[in-house]
Amino acid sequence: MRVLAAVLLLLAALPARAEEVVMGLSQSNVSITTDFDGSDILIFGAVKREVAIQEEPPLQVIVTVEGPLEPVTVWRKARKLGIWVNAEAVDVDSAPGFYAVATSALWAESISAVEDLRHKVSIPRAIRSVGAPMEIMDSEAFTEALIRVRERQGLYRVEEESVELRESTLFDTSISMPANISEGRYLSRVFLTRAGKVVSVHESEIQVGKVGLERWLFTLSRQMPLVYGLLSLAIAALAGWGASALFRAIRSG
Amino acid sequence: MQIYLPIAEVSVNVFLLFGLGGIVGVLSGMFGVGGGFLITPLLFFMGIPPAVAVATGANQIVASSISGVLAHFKRKTVDLRMGLVLLAGGLVGAALGVWIFNLLKELGQVDLLVRLCYVVFLGIIGGLMFIESVNAIFKSRKGAAPKRRHHGWVHGLPFKMRFRTSGLYISAIPPVLVGLSVGVLAAIMGVGGGFIMVPAMIYLLGMPTKVVVGTSLFQIIFVSAFTTLLHATTNYTVDIMLALVLILGGVIGAQIGTAFGTRLKAEQLRIALASLVLLVCGKLALDLFITPSELYELVSR
Repeated sequence: MRVLAAVLLLLAALPARAEEVVMGLSQSNVSITTDFDGSDILIFGAVKREVAIQEEPPLQVIVTVEGPLEPVTVWRKARKLGIWVNAEAVDVDSAPGFYAVATSALWAESISAVEDLRHKVSIPRAIRSVGAPMEIMDSEAFTEALIRVRERQGLYRVEEESVELRESTLFDTSISMPANISEGRYLSRVFLTRAGKVVSVHESEIQVGKVGLERWLFTLSRQMPLVYGLLSLAIAALAGWGASALFRAIRSG
Repeated sequence: MQIYLPIAEVSVNVFLLFGLGGIVGVLSGMFGVGGGFLITPLLFFMGIPPAVAVATGANQIVASSISGVLAHFKRKTVDLRMGLVLLAGGLVGAALGVWIFNLLKELGQVDLLVRLCYVVFLGIIGGLMFIESVNAIFKSRKGAAPKRRHHGWVHGLPFKMRFRTSGLYISAIPPVLVGLSVGVLAAIMGVGGGFIMVPAMIYLLGMPTKVVVGTSLFQIIFVSAFTTLLHATTNYTVDIMLALVLILGGVIGAQIGTAFGTRLKAEQLRIALASLVLLVCGKLALDLFITPSELYELVSR
């Protein structure tokens, strides 16, 4: 009896477990083929609960998709002798090559700053930059530029109110990846929040990789660069010789 | 139709790329130049990373030079001995050029170096060509014959060699130096360097005009092949897919261009080419001088 009472007490003391998120992806693999021109991933799921739906504060959903982390150098140009040259650099220790956030409400209503910091949900939180050189006073400007440039390339995107949430139970959203994404293991996360606090998290992986000819050429160029170089020369030589031979044959009838 | 380039890691329109190769091919066939000096900057404008554009440009030149040199071998207008001497300098120069390229890549200044080289050399060559062809048109109207220049100091140097096809007996030092400097530029700019080599051979070495183009093409094949290999093994920036589309467009265009070229007047051709060179130079120079819309640039490590 005592054990049963303890278990009941424990269950009651864990209200966070009352709602749990489960998710699915339209595809867990993105293949970069020769005609690859970006990809849309449908992310959907449901809220699992054993109690009645709590109406207030309202339930919100945040979906993120994060590409592999990599170090980046951000250069700032300055005018020297009349021309614009790369003058100052800040090394960002790790920044995702791709980052998309979709929310069911406005950002401010979806998550609090403290929870954002803890779970690293927003784009600035996903970037880690430890130190800038001593002489650079405004290192934040470099991080902001990184976000700005990647937003313009379609690699970083924030889409508020783009997650469709029905009856506080079913949700879905679509995340589009541009053609210039890099390869690797992508992480997709779904956060359930109430009053800015994270109630439940679920993670899933997406593999993005070159396939077929693209894969073969890329691997060859990295692992056997000499063979790759010779292959490209052979193709060039053959094309050059072939073209002149072909046109000579056409001309002479 | 989009095509994804495995090394450049960007998706581009295949017809646009094919057309670019084709147009440059037509120009190279018409004017007898490799066209590398046009393809590489046009690839920059299309959003191909400069390092990939330069390395792949070198690969494309191998194809167009082979296509061109075969015709010259038939006409016996290739000075093999001079070609080999130029090549010796060229290979050293190419290695030096790739080394400088990689050094500046580490310093984050390679983009600037490549653009600067383009502005300076396209400006000089385009300007000279423009002035010279305008003068030639005036002279041909007056009916005066062009004068040939002589450089006495070249003949005073040691290590003399006999170049039978060119009918020259000169020191090996000037050709080696010409080859070396063109090799450096070829590696940095992703060009064959014919547009610098040809005037240098005529005015500096005093070679007869009929063997100049064939000999220059002959040595460009090997220098740009060597450059391609160096870029492929040290930078991994040669994109076969990109090269293939450019080459296919280029070789077809070159044949069309050759047919066109024979119907036009030489001076008019040269003025057209000079204007084109100056136009590309102007666009590149403008980008260096006007305040860029984005002051920051990302480089992955």
